[in-house]
Amino acid sequence: MILDDEEQAILGGALGVVAQTALGHQIAVGDFFGAKDFVPVTQAHIMADTESLGQAGVQWLERLADAQEGGVRIPTITDPRGTDFSKAGDLGQADWMLELERRAISAFERLGVSMTDTCINYQTVLAATRGEHVAFGDTGVVIYSNSVGGARSNFEGGPSALSAGLTGRTPRYGYHLDASRQATLRIRVGWTPRALDDWGALGGVIGRLAGNYWAVPVVEGLDTAPTSDELKHFGAAMASFGSTALYHLVGITPEAFTLKDVGGDRLPVAHRIGQADVAALRSGYAGEKGVDVVVFSAPQLSIYELRQLAALCKGRSFRRPLLAITSPQVKPDCDRFGYTRLIESAGGMVLSGMCFYQSYAREMGQAKGWKRLATNSAKLVNILGGYGYAPMLASMQECVDAAETGELK
Amino acid sequence: MMEFIARHAMGEKVSGTALVANDGFSARYDLNRWTGLFSRPAHKLVGLSYVDRILILDTAKGGVASAWMLHEMKSRHMAPKAIVFNTVNTILAQGAALGGIALLAGFDVDVTAAIAHGSIVEVDPGARMLRVLKVGDGTVAAAQSGQRTEPVVRVQGR
Repeated sequence: MILDDEEQAILGGALGVVAQTALGHQIAVGDFFGAKDFVPVTQAHIMADTESLGQAGVQWLERLADAQEGGVRIPTITDPRGTDFSKAGDLGQADWMLELERRAISAFERLGVSMTDTCINYQTVLAATRGEHVAFGDTGVVIYSNSVGGARSNFEGGPSALSAGLTGRTPRYGYHLDASRQATLRIRVGWTPRALDDWGALGGVIGRLAGNYWAVPVVEGLDTAPTSDELKHFGAAMASFGSTALYHLVGITPEAFTLKDVGGDRLPVAHRIGQADVAALRSGYAGEKGVDVVVFSAPQLSIYELRQLAALCKGRSFRRPLLAITSPQVKPDCDRFGYTRLIESAGGMVLSGMCFYQSYAREMGQAKGWKRLATNSAKLVNILGGYGYAPMLASMQECVDAAETGELK
Repeated sequence: MMEFIARHAMGEKVSGTALVANDGFSARYDLNRWTGLFSRPAHKLVGLSYVDRILILDTAKGGVASAWMLHEMKSRHMAPKAIVFNTVNTILAQGAALGGIALLAGFDVDVTAAIAHGSIVEVDPGARMLRVLKVGDGTVAAAQSGQRTEPVVRVQGR
């Protein structure tokens, strides 16, 4: 990679060992992908729950923090943590998990990182704008910011996102380049979802078809402009099923005012997707009727998802645990607007700053006897099979009904 | 000797037994990192140990956690020796860089079809080369058939 004078100085240790370590890591990644140089970034977002970090990752963070060299140089925020400390006992989480979390949080704070603990920062903190180069972690955050915001980010895993925060730059490859943002896969849909779980399932179908990180689907045929929450579920599932980082919706997303704008006019229609395709994906997650736990998470819920959930919970009495998970930014409004009271009066629980699958889901399931899990998140059902769950995809209404009756109809 | 040139390479030269499947890979989605086994029921390598194996798979899937998890697995000596992909995403490259795990990606052929499961292979990032030192017994034809839903037949003796 070509390094400017400042980068040469960082690599030589002029700004200390932390920045030097970070830039060295970024050069290794940049060289791997053939990046010619670095691009300055304005924000970084770090995925670093302790289930992923483990002892080794926390110790790595602590070594950087212990150097006391000042930490991050640009606004740098965090993805969900591994717990909501106020509810950890209810979740069956062990003391060692909480201690590891505390150590990681301490290290991040000493590095100057803002503990936002959210995967919906584009709805709650500072949405990246069209053309803005950022270094975002969490696949759902990246695909939303790239596609809906028109910002420019690769999937930045924890070590690379933190490195970007520490150096203020990232290797210029992938979705920082104009050429990579052109469509590679043209898809026509003949049916427009109306509910969040269907948007997620449609995203899952497209993600499977896209198949890898470098594919950029362009989708035509939607009969309405989706809401932020619908696009949140759509993109998160697409990224989860397909490792997709960018999509275009013709006439809706900012880089695809027309099909031609993203080169879609030069592509044949590769796939036609209808309601049956979405139903087929859903049927793959239709298990037994009995439900052990209902989870709304992945991505964290917006205030309007919580509003909808609270209305469905009103007057109910749950026989199964219902977990509704949101960000630390949204939770106070959820309390203030009375939604928490409605959900928890029915027997549910509103959790903040974590995400179900990033919070020791395997161990929670074992501790609480949870296996058959109902959710309206296509992303979550895609992940949890490997954690020993039998996940089932259903609408928010059906999930709430299941919490009340113990069965998914 | 069969040899395959990669467009992307990282890490030190290693050799070992290859687990091969036309399937994706995510440390978070697919592995039980405590038992060292592929754990996702729908994965073609489900039930097989990935520890000290060379994984030859189609593509990197899903979330960003693998970037930390490879590092964490390496610290407990519960990591694969190397990972080889037809196509890679950024996360696996970042994780391999932090974890010190050899990584090759980007070939002119589908390496999951060209290499038999159970082969002894050498990953040589310095030369951007994947070499087959001994061809496997092919007991896992399903892994190379392109079907994405059936688990592979277990390797004998494991």
